[in-house]
Amino acid sequence: MLPEFELLMPRTLPEALEMLAGRAPDGMPIAGGTNVIPDLRGGRYRPACLVNVAGLPELSGIRQEDGMLVIGGGVTIAEVLEDPLVARYAPVLREAARSLASPLVRNRATVAGNLANASPAADMAPPLLVLDAEVELASREGTRRVPLKDFFLGVRRTVRQPHELITAIRIPLPPAHSRARFFKVALRKADAIAVVNSAVRVDLGDNGSCQTARIALGAVAPTPIRAWEAERALEGHPLTPETIAQAARLAAEATRTIDDIRGSAAYRRHVTEVLVRRALEGIGVGIME
Amino acid sequence: MQPKLITLTINGRTHQVALKPNVTLLHALRDMGYTDVKNGCEKGDCGACAVLLNGRAVNSCLVLAWQADGAEITTAAGLGTVDRPHPIQEALADSGGVQCGFCIPGIVVSAKALLDRNPHPTEEEIREAISGNLCRCTGYALIVEGIRRIIASKNQ
Repeated sequence: MLPEFELLMPRTLPEALEMLAGRAPDGMPIAGGTNVIPDLRGGRYRPACLVNVAGLPELSGIRQEDGMLVIGGGVTIAEVLEDPLVARYAPVLREAARSLASPLVRNRATVAGNLANASPAADMAPPLLVLDAEVELASREGTRRVPLKDFFLGVRRTVRQPHELITAIRIPLPPAHSRARFFKVALRKADAIAVVNSAVRVDLGDNGSCQTARIALGAVAPTPIRAWEAERALEGHPLTPETIAQAARLAAEATRTIDDIRGSAAYRRHVTEVLVRRALEGIGVGIME
Repeated sequence: MQPKLITLTINGRTHQVALKPNVTLLHALRDMGYTDVKNGCEKGDCGACAVLLNGRAVNSCLVLAWQADGAEITTAAGLGTVDRPHPIQEALADSGGVQCGFCIPGIVVSAKALLDRNPHPTEEEIREAISGNLCRCTGYALIVEGIRRIIASKNQ
Protein backbone atom coordinates (compact mmCIF):
# COMPACT_ATOMS: atom_id res chain seq x y z
CA MET A 1 0.00 0.00 0.00
CA LEU A 2 1.23 3.48 -0.84
CA PRO A 3 1.38 6.22 1.80
CA GLU A 4 -1.47 8.70 1.76
CA PHE A 5 -1.33 11.77 -0.46
CA GLU A 6 -3.67 14.17 -2.11
CA LEU A 7 -3.89 13.75 -5.90
CA LEU A 8 -4.81 16.70 -8.08
CA MET A 9 -6.01 16.00 -11.63
CA PRO A 10 -5.66 19.14 -13.78
CA ARG A 11 -7.04 19.02 -17.33
CA THR A 12 -4.91 21.79 -18.83
CA LEU A 13 -1.36 23.09 -18.43
CA PRO A 14 -2.42 26.47 -16.93
CA GLU A 15 -4.50 24.58 -14.38
CA ALA A 16 -1.54 22.31 -13.55
CA LEU A 17 0.82 25.29 -13.11
CA GLU A 18 -1.74 27.00 -10.88
CA MET A 19 -1.96 23.89 -8.71
CA LEU A 20 1.84 23.47 -8.51
CA ALA A 21 2.17 27.14 -7.51
CA GLY A 22 -0.61 26.85 -4.96
CA ARG A 23 0.86 23.76 -3.36
CA ALA A 24 4.59 24.55 -3.57
CA PRO A 25 6.80 23.24 -2.11
CA ASP A 26 4.60 20.26 -1.14
CA GLY A 27 3.21 19.45 -4.58
CA MET A 28 5.04 17.08 -6.84
CA PRO A 29 4.31 16.38 -10.51
CA ILE A 30 3.63 12.78 -11.49
CA ALA A 31 3.45 11.60 -15.10
CA GLY A 32 4.39 8.00 -15.93
CA GLY A 33 5.00 7.29 -12.26
CA THR A 34 7.78 4.83 -13.00
CA ASN A 35 10.13 6.58 -10.58
CA VAL A 36 7.62 8.38 -8.34
CA ILE A 37 5.59 5.33 -7.35
CA PRO A 38 8.54 3.06 -6.41
CA ASP A 39 10.06 6.02 -4.51
CA LEU A 40 6.81 6.64 -2.62
CA ARG A 41 6.62 2.97 -1.74
CA GLY A 42 10.27 2.89 -0.75
CA GLY A 43 9.85 5.97 1.45
CA ARG A 44 12.37 8.08 -0.42
CA TYR A 45 9.95 10.99 -0.19
CA ARG A 46 6.50 11.70 1.19
CA PRO A 47 4.90 14.54 -0.78
CA ALA A 48 1.63 15.76 0.69
CA CYS A 49 0.28 16.27 -2.77
CA LEU A 50 0.83 14.88 -6.27
CA VAL A 51 -0.22 16.76 -9.38
CA ASN A 52 -1.00 14.42 -12.27
CA VAL A 53 0.47 15.83 -15.49
CA ALA A 54 0.13 12.66 -17.59
CA GLY A 55 -2.10 13.28 -20.59
CA LEU A 56 -2.03 17.10 -20.49
CA PRO A 57 -2.72 18.02 -24.12
CA GLU A 58 -0.15 20.87 -24.18
CA LEU A 59 2.68 18.44 -23.32
CA SER A 60 2.08 15.89 -26.07
CA GLY A 61 3.87 15.32 -29.32
CA ILE A 62 7.24 15.72 -30.99
CA ARG A 63 7.58 18.46 -33.58
CA GLN A 64 10.09 20.35 -35.68
CA GLU A 65 9.99 24.09 -35.09
CA ASP A 66 12.42 26.90 -36.00
CA GLY A 67 15.43 24.65 -36.47
CA MET A 68 14.66 22.73 -33.29
CA LEU A 69 13.35 19.29 -32.50
CA VAL A 70 10.84 19.85 -29.68
CA ILE A 71 9.90 16.93 -27.48
CA GLY A 72 6.81 17.66 -25.41
CA GLY A 73 7.06 17.29 -21.65
CA GLY A 74 4.56 14.44 -21.71
CA VAL A 75 6.23 12.39 -24.44
CA THR A 76 7.02 8.83 -23.39
CA ILE A 77 10.17 6.88 -24.13
CA ALA A 78 8.09 4.56 -26.36
CA GLU A 79 6.91 7.56 -28.39
CA VAL A 80 10.54 8.66 -28.86
CA LEU A 81 11.32 5.18 -30.20
CA GLU A 82 8.47 5.32 -32.70
CA ASP A 83 8.94 8.90 -33.90
CA PRO A 84 10.27 9.52 -37.44
CA LEU A 85 11.69 12.98 -36.56
CA VAL A 86 13.76 11.48 -33.74
CA ALA A 87 14.94 8.68 -36.05
CA ARG A 88 16.02 11.27 -38.60
CA TYR A 89 17.53 14.02 -36.46
CA ALA A 90 18.43 12.40 -33.16
CA PRO A 91 19.14 8.69 -33.71
CA VAL A 92 21.45 8.79 -30.68
CA LEU A 93 18.42 9.56 -28.51
CA ARG A 94 16.59 6.65 -30.08
CA GLU A 95 19.50 4.30 -29.28
CA ALA A 96 19.38 5.39 -25.65
CA ALA A 97 15.58 5.08 -25.49
CA ARG A 98 15.86 1.50 -26.65
CA SER A 99 18.15 0.71 -23.71
CA LEU A 100 15.98 2.33 -21.03
CA ALA A 101 14.31 -0.18 -18.69
CA SER A 102 11.77 -2.36 -20.55
CA PRO A 103 8.91 -1.87 -23.02
CA LEU A 104 6.43 -1.94 -20.11
CA VAL A 105 8.22 0.98 -18.45
CA ARG A 106 8.91 2.79 -21.73
CA ASN A 107 5.16 2.96 -22.42
CA ARG A 108 4.70 5.09 -19.28
CA ALA A 109 8.02 6.79 -18.48
CA THR A 110 8.56 10.23 -19.99
CA VAL A 111 11.74 11.89 -21.25
CA ALA A 112 11.01 14.88 -19.01
CA GLY A 113 10.53 12.61 -16.01
CA ASN A 114 13.82 10.85 -16.67
CA LEU A 115 15.56 14.25 -16.50
CA ALA A 116 13.51 15.62 -13.58
CA ASN A 117 14.26 12.52 -11.51
CA ALA A 118 17.96 13.37 -11.93
CA SER A 119 19.39 9.95 -11.39
CA PRO A 120 23.13 10.01 -12.17
CA ALA A 121 22.39 7.02 -14.45
CA ALA A 122 19.45 8.58 -16.35
CA ASP A 123 19.67 7.09 -19.84
CA MET A 124 18.15 10.13 -21.57
CA ALA A 125 20.77 12.51 -20.14
CA PRO A 126 23.95 11.64 -22.10
CA PRO A 127 22.32 11.75 -25.56
CA LEU A 128 20.47 14.98 -24.74
CA LEU A 129 23.69 16.50 -23.37
CA VAL A 130 25.63 15.79 -26.57
CA LEU A 131 22.71 17.19 -28.58
CA ASP A 132 22.98 20.51 -26.65
CA ALA A 133 19.38 20.12 -25.48
CA GLU A 134 17.55 22.76 -23.48
CA VAL A 135 14.96 22.10 -20.81
CA GLU A 136 11.88 24.31 -20.98
CA LEU A 137 10.51 25.02 -17.52
CA ALA A 138 7.12 26.64 -17.11
CA SER A 139 5.45 28.13 -14.08
CA ARG A 140 2.52 30.46 -13.44
CA GLU A 141 4.99 33.34 -13.83
CA GLY A 142 6.27 32.33 -17.26
CA THR A 143 8.69 30.10 -19.10
CA ARG A 144 12.46 29.80 -18.99
CA ARG A 145 14.93 27.63 -20.87
CA VAL A 146 17.90 26.01 -19.18
CA PRO A 147 20.70 24.28 -21.10
CA LEU A 148 20.71 20.66 -19.95
CA LYS A 149 24.37 21.00 -19.01
CA ASP A 150 23.27 23.47 -16.29
CA PHE A 151 20.14 21.57 -15.24
CA PHE A 152 21.53 18.95 -12.86
CA LEU A 153 22.79 20.06 -9.44
CA GLY A 154 23.43 16.75 -7.69
CA VAL A 155 22.00 13.31 -7.08
CA ARG A 156 18.25 13.78 -7.57
CA ARG A 157 18.62 17.55 -7.52
CA THR A 158 18.00 19.93 -10.41
CA VAL A 159 17.39 23.64 -10.96
CA ARG A 160 13.66 22.96 -11.37
CA GLN A 161 11.75 24.79 -8.65
CA PRO A 162 8.84 22.98 -6.96
CA HIS A 163 6.30 25.18 -8.77
CA GLU A 164 7.89 24.55 -12.18
CA LEU A 165 7.11 21.86 -14.71
CA ILE A 166 9.20 20.62 -17.64
CA THR A 167 7.01 21.44 -20.61
CA ALA A 168 9.45 20.55 -23.40
CA ILE A 169 12.94 19.44 -24.27
CA ARG A 170 14.35 21.42 -27.18
CA ILE A 171 17.14 20.10 -29.39
CA PRO A 172 18.87 22.20 -32.06
CA LEU A 173 18.81 20.16 -35.29
CA PRO A 174 22.34 18.85 -35.72
CA PRO A 175 24.18 19.61 -38.97
CA ALA A 176 24.19 16.97 -41.70
CA HIS A 177 27.79 15.98 -41.00
CA SER A 178 27.09 15.31 -37.32
CA ARG A 179 27.49 11.76 -36.03
CA ALA A 180 26.70 10.42 -32.60
CA ARG A 181 26.65 7.12 -30.75
CA PHE A 182 25.27 5.89 -27.43
CA PHE A 183 26.72 3.02 -25.41
CA LYS A 184 25.55 1.53 -22.15
CA VAL A 185 27.01 -1.15 -19.94
CA ALA A 186 24.65 -2.70 -17.41
CA LEU A 187 24.45 -6.00 -15.57
CA ARG A 188 21.84 -7.24 -18.06
CA LYS A 189 20.92 -6.29 -21.60
CA ALA A 190 17.44 -5.07 -20.64
CA ASP A 191 15.54 -3.73 -17.65
CA ALA A 192 18.76 -2.63 -15.98
CA ILE A 193 20.28 0.55 -14.61
CA ALA A 194 23.52 1.62 -16.26
CA VAL A 195 26.89 0.85 -14.70
CA VAL A 196 28.12 3.44 -17.18
CA ASN A 197 26.27 5.08 -20.06
CA SER A 198 27.88 7.35 -22.59
CA ALA A 199 26.99 9.42 -25.63
CA VAL A 200 29.57 10.82 -28.01
CA ARG A 201 28.97 13.26 -30.85
CA VAL A 202 31.36 14.60 -33.45
CA ASP A 203 30.54 17.20 -36.10
CA LEU A 204 33.09 16.83 -38.86
CA GLY A 205 34.55 19.81 -40.66
CA ASP A 206 35.27 19.98 -44.41
CA ASN A 207 38.86 18.86 -43.85
CA GLY A 208 37.73 15.76 -41.93
CA SER A 209 38.73 17.10 -38.52
CA CYS A 210 36.39 17.37 -35.54
CA GLN A 211 34.72 20.76 -35.66
CA THR A 212 32.63 20.10 -32.58
CA ALA A 213 33.00 17.27 -30.09
CA ARG A 214 30.62 16.32 -27.29
CA ILE A 215 31.19 13.56 -24.77
CA ALA A 216 28.63 12.93 -22.03
CA LEU A 217 28.81 10.30 -19.33
CA GLY A 218 26.31 8.86 -16.88
CA ALA A 219 26.58 6.88 -13.62
CA VAL A 220 30.16 8.04 -13.09
CA ALA A 221 29.55 11.20 -11.00
CA PRO A 222 26.76 12.68 -8.83
CA THR A 223 25.13 13.98 -12.03
CA PRO A 224 25.40 13.13 -15.71
CA ILE A 225 28.50 15.03 -16.87
CA ARG A 226 30.28 16.38 -19.93
CA ALA A 227 33.93 15.39 -20.39
CA TRP A 228 35.08 18.89 -21.27
CA GLU A 229 38.82 18.22 -21.49
CA ALA A 230 38.26 15.23 -23.73
CA GLU A 231 36.04 17.32 -26.02
CA ARG A 232 38.68 20.07 -26.25
CA ALA A 233 41.36 17.51 -27.06
CA LEU A 234 39.37 16.42 -30.11
CA GLU A 235 38.17 19.73 -31.50
CA GLY A 236 40.27 20.92 -34.41
CA HIS A 237 41.93 17.53 -34.79
CA PRO A 238 41.20 14.56 -37.04
CA LEU A 239 40.00 11.28 -35.53
CA THR A 240 43.10 9.10 -35.38
CA PRO A 241 43.90 6.16 -33.10
CA GLU A 242 46.05 8.59 -31.09
CA THR A 243 43.47 11.37 -30.67
CA ILE A 244 40.78 8.80 -29.87
CA ALA A 245 42.94 7.13 -27.21
CA GLN A 246 43.77 10.48 -25.65
CA ALA A 247 40.13 11.62 -25.59
CA ALA A 248 39.04 8.32 -24.05
CA ARG A 249 41.71 8.65 -21.35
CA LEU A 250 40.68 12.23 -20.59
CA ALA A 251 37.02 11.15 -20.40
CA ALA A 252 37.92 8.50 -17.82
CA GLU A 253 39.83 11.17 -15.86
CA ALA A 254 36.71 13.38 -15.83
CA THR A 255 34.76 10.81 -13.83
CA ARG A 256 34.20 10.82 -10.08
CA THR A 257 33.13 7.22 -9.75
CA ILE A 258 32.02 5.36 -6.64
CA ASP A 259 31.75 1.71 -5.64
CA ASP A 260 28.19 0.47 -5.46
CA ILE A 261 26.10 -2.65 -5.94
CA ARG A 262 26.49 -2.45 -9.73
CA GLY A 263 30.22 -1.94 -10.03
CA SER A 264 33.41 -0.64 -8.50
CA ALA A 265 34.80 2.84 -9.01
CA ALA A 266 37.81 1.44 -10.85
CA TYR A 267 35.65 -0.70 -13.14
CA ARG A 268 33.47 2.29 -14.01
CA ARG A 269 36.53 4.38 -14.89
CA HIS A 270 37.87 1.59 -17.07
CA VAL A 271 34.50 1.05 -18.79
CA THR A 272 34.21 4.79 -19.44
CA GLU A 273 37.49 4.78 -21.35
CA VAL A 274 36.45 1.72 -23.36
CA LEU A 275 32.98 3.09 -24.21
CA VAL A 276 34.28 6.47 -25.34
CA ARG A 277 36.99 4.83 -27.43
CA ARG A 278 34.47 2.48 -29.08
CA ALA A 279 32.05 5.32 -29.78
CA LEU A 280 34.76 7.44 -31.39
CA GLU A 281 36.05 4.48 -33.39
CA GLY A 282 32.49 3.82 -34.56
CA ILE A 283 32.08 7.43 -35.60
CA GLY A 284 35.48 7.39 -37.29
CA VAL A 285 34.76 4.31 -39.43
CA GLY A 286 35.11 5.37 -43.05
CA ILE A 287 36.84 8.59 -42.12
CA MET A 288 40.09 7.33 -40.61
CA GLU A 289 42.62 6.22 -43.19
CA MET B 1 -7.89 11.63 1.19
CA GLN B 2 -11.39 11.16 -0.17
CA PRO B 3 -12.39 8.36 -2.54
CA LYS B 4 -13.52 9.40 -6.00
CA LEU B 5 -15.81 7.58 -8.39
CA ILE B 6 -13.89 6.54 -11.50
CA THR B 7 -14.82 4.57 -14.60
CA LEU B 8 -12.73 1.64 -15.77
CA THR B 9 -13.59 -0.50 -18.77
CA ILE B 10 -11.99 -3.84 -18.04
CA ASN B 11 -12.08 -6.65 -20.59
CA GLY B 12 -14.99 -4.93 -22.28
CA ARG B 13 -17.03 -4.45 -19.12
CA THR B 14 -17.51 -0.96 -17.68
CA HIS B 15 -17.20 -0.52 -13.94
CA GLN B 16 -17.74 2.50 -11.73
CA VAL B 17 -15.71 2.24 -8.58
CA ALA B 18 -14.90 4.59 -5.71
CA LEU B 19 -11.18 4.62 -5.00
CA LYS B 20 -8.74 6.63 -2.89
CA PRO B 21 -5.94 8.46 -4.73
CA ASN B 22 -3.18 6.20 -3.43
CA VAL B 23 -4.65 3.01 -4.92
CA THR B 24 -2.69 1.66 -7.86
CA LEU B 25 -4.40 0.17 -10.88
CA LEU B 26 -2.92 -3.20 -9.83
CA HIS B 27 -4.71 -3.18 -6.47
CA ALA B 28 -7.91 -1.82 -7.97
CA LEU B 29 -7.98 -4.65 -10.51
CA ARG B 30 -7.23 -7.39 -8.01
CA ASP B 31 -9.76 -6.05 -5.50
CA MET B 32 -12.37 -6.09 -8.27
CA GLY B 33 -11.66 -9.77 -8.86
CA TYR B 34 -9.25 -9.55 -11.78
CA THR B 35 -6.74 -11.71 -9.97
CA ASP B 36 -5.12 -12.91 -13.20
CA VAL B 37 -3.18 -9.64 -12.83
CA LYS B 38 -0.38 -10.76 -10.51
CA ASN B 39 1.27 -8.76 -7.77
CA GLY B 40 5.00 -9.42 -7.96
CA CYS B 41 7.52 -6.70 -7.15
CA GLU B 42 5.29 -3.59 -7.15
CA LYS B 43 8.12 -1.50 -8.57
CA GLY B 44 8.04 -2.12 -12.28
CA ASP B 45 10.79 -4.72 -12.39
CA CYS B 46 8.92 -8.01 -12.87
CA GLY B 47 6.03 -7.36 -15.29
CA ALA B 48 3.70 -9.85 -13.58
CA CYS B 49 1.07 -7.10 -13.27
CA ALA B 50 1.17 -6.10 -16.95
CA VAL B 51 -2.10 -5.10 -18.58
CA LEU B 52 -3.01 -3.34 -21.81
CA LEU B 53 -3.94 0.26 -20.99
CA ASN B 54 -5.60 1.79 -24.05
CA GLY B 55 -3.73 -0.78 -26.13
CA ARG B 56 -0.28 -0.28 -24.61
CA ALA B 57 1.34 -2.82 -22.28
CA VAL B 58 2.15 -1.25 -18.93
CA ASN B 59 2.96 -2.29 -15.38
CA SER B 60 -0.34 -1.73 -13.55
CA CYS B 61 1.60 -1.35 -10.27
CA LEU B 62 3.04 1.93 -11.61
CA VAL B 63 -0.28 3.48 -12.62
CA LEU B 64 -2.48 5.25 -10.11
CA ALA B 65 -6.06 4.10 -10.60
CA TRP B 66 -7.22 7.71 -10.97
CA GLN B 67 -4.78 8.09 -13.88
CA ALA B 68 -6.67 5.27 -15.64
CA ASP B 69 -10.09 6.94 -15.21
CA GLY B 70 -11.97 6.44 -18.47
CA ALA B 71 -9.39 4.04 -19.89
CA GLU B 72 -9.83 0.66 -21.53
CA ILE B 73 -7.94 -2.10 -19.77
CA THR B 74 -7.35 -5.61 -21.02
CA THR B 75 -5.93 -8.32 -18.79
CA ALA B 76 -4.70 -11.76 -19.83
CA ALA B 77 -8.07 -13.24 -18.86
CA GLY B 78 -9.73 -10.71 -21.15
CA LEU B 79 -7.82 -12.19 -24.08
CA GLY B 80 -8.83 -15.77 -23.39
CA THR B 81 -9.84 -18.22 -20.68
CA VAL B 82 -9.15 -21.88 -19.91
CA ASP B 83 -12.23 -22.86 -21.93
CA ARG B 84 -11.53 -20.50 -24.79
CA PRO B 85 -7.82 -19.69 -24.74
CA HIS B 86 -6.29 -17.02 -26.94
CA PRO B 87 -3.82 -18.47 -29.48
CA ILE B 88 -0.98 -16.88 -27.48
CA GLN B 89 -2.11 -18.67 -24.32
CA GLU B 90 -2.56 -21.94 -26.18
CA ALA B 91 0.87 -21.71 -27.79
CA LEU B 92 2.59 -20.94 -24.49
CA ALA B 93 0.90 -23.93 -22.84
CA ASP B 94 1.65 -26.25 -25.78
CA SER B 95 5.29 -25.23 -25.99
CA GLY B 96 5.93 -25.96 -22.32
CA GLY B 97 6.57 -22.28 -21.71
CA VAL B 98 4.33 -22.37 -18.64
CA GLN B 99 5.89 -23.82 -15.52
CA CYS B 100 4.86 -22.19 -12.22
CA GLY B 101 2.74 -19.84 -14.33
CA PHE B 102 3.06 -16.70 -12.21
CA CYS B 103 4.70 -14.62 -14.95
CA ILE B 104 2.46 -15.90 -17.74
CA PRO B 105 -0.42 -13.38 -17.58
CA GLY B 106 2.16 -10.61 -17.95
CA ILE B 107 3.98 -12.46 -20.74
CA VAL B 108 0.68 -12.96 -22.58
CA VAL B 109 -0.03 -9.23 -22.36
CA SER B 110 3.45 -8.29 -23.60
CA ALA B 111 3.22 -10.82 -26.44
CA LYS B 112 -0.20 -9.48 -27.45
CA ALA B 113 1.13 -5.92 -27.50
CA LEU B 114 4.06 -7.05 -29.65
CA LEU B 115 2.00 -9.00 -32.19
CA ASP B 116 -0.60 -6.22 -32.48
CA ARG B 117 2.15 -3.85 -33.68
CA ASN B 118 4.48 -6.28 -35.37
CA PRO B 119 2.86 -9.49 -36.63
CA HIS B 120 6.19 -10.99 -37.75
CA PRO B 121 8.78 -10.20 -35.10
CA THR B 122 12.29 -11.64 -35.13
CA GLU B 123 13.52 -13.66 -32.17
CA GLU B 124 15.43 -10.56 -31.02
CA GLU B 125 12.22 -8.53 -31.13
CA ILE B 126 10.34 -11.20 -29.17
CA ARG B 127 13.05 -11.21 -26.50
CA GLU B 128 12.99 -7.42 -26.33
CA ALA B 129 9.18 -7.39 -26.04
CA ILE B 130 9.22 -9.65 -22.98
CA SER B 131 12.36 -8.11 -21.46
CA GLY B 132 10.26 -6.46 -18.74
CA ASN B 133 8.68 -9.79 -17.72
CA LEU B 134 10.76 -11.85 -15.35
CA CYS B 135 10.40 -15.64 -15.42
CA ARG B 136 12.37 -17.54 -12.80
CA CYS B 137 11.43 -21.03 -14.05
CA THR B 138 11.99 -21.49 -17.74
CA GLY B 139 15.05 -19.55 -18.78
CA TYR B 140 12.71 -18.07 -21.43
CA ALA B 141 13.63 -20.52 -24.20
CA LEU B 142 10.24 -22.25 -24.29
CA ILE B 143 8.38 -18.97 -23.84
CA VAL B 144 10.12 -17.54 -26.89
CA GLU B 145 9.44 -20.82 -28.70
CA GLY B 146 5.73 -20.53 -27.83
CA ILE B 147 5.49 -17.02 -29.24
CA ARG B 148 7.36 -18.14 -32.38
CA ARG B 149 4.77 -20.91 -32.88
CA ILE B 150 1.96 -18.38 -33.03
CA ILE B 151 3.80 -16.44 -35.71
CA ALA B 152 4.48 -19.62 -37.66
CA SER B 153 0.80 -20.60 -37.51
CA LYS B 154 -0.24 -17.02 -38.40
CA ASN B 155 -3.12 -17.62 -36.06
CA GLN B 156 -3.19 -14.51 -33.94
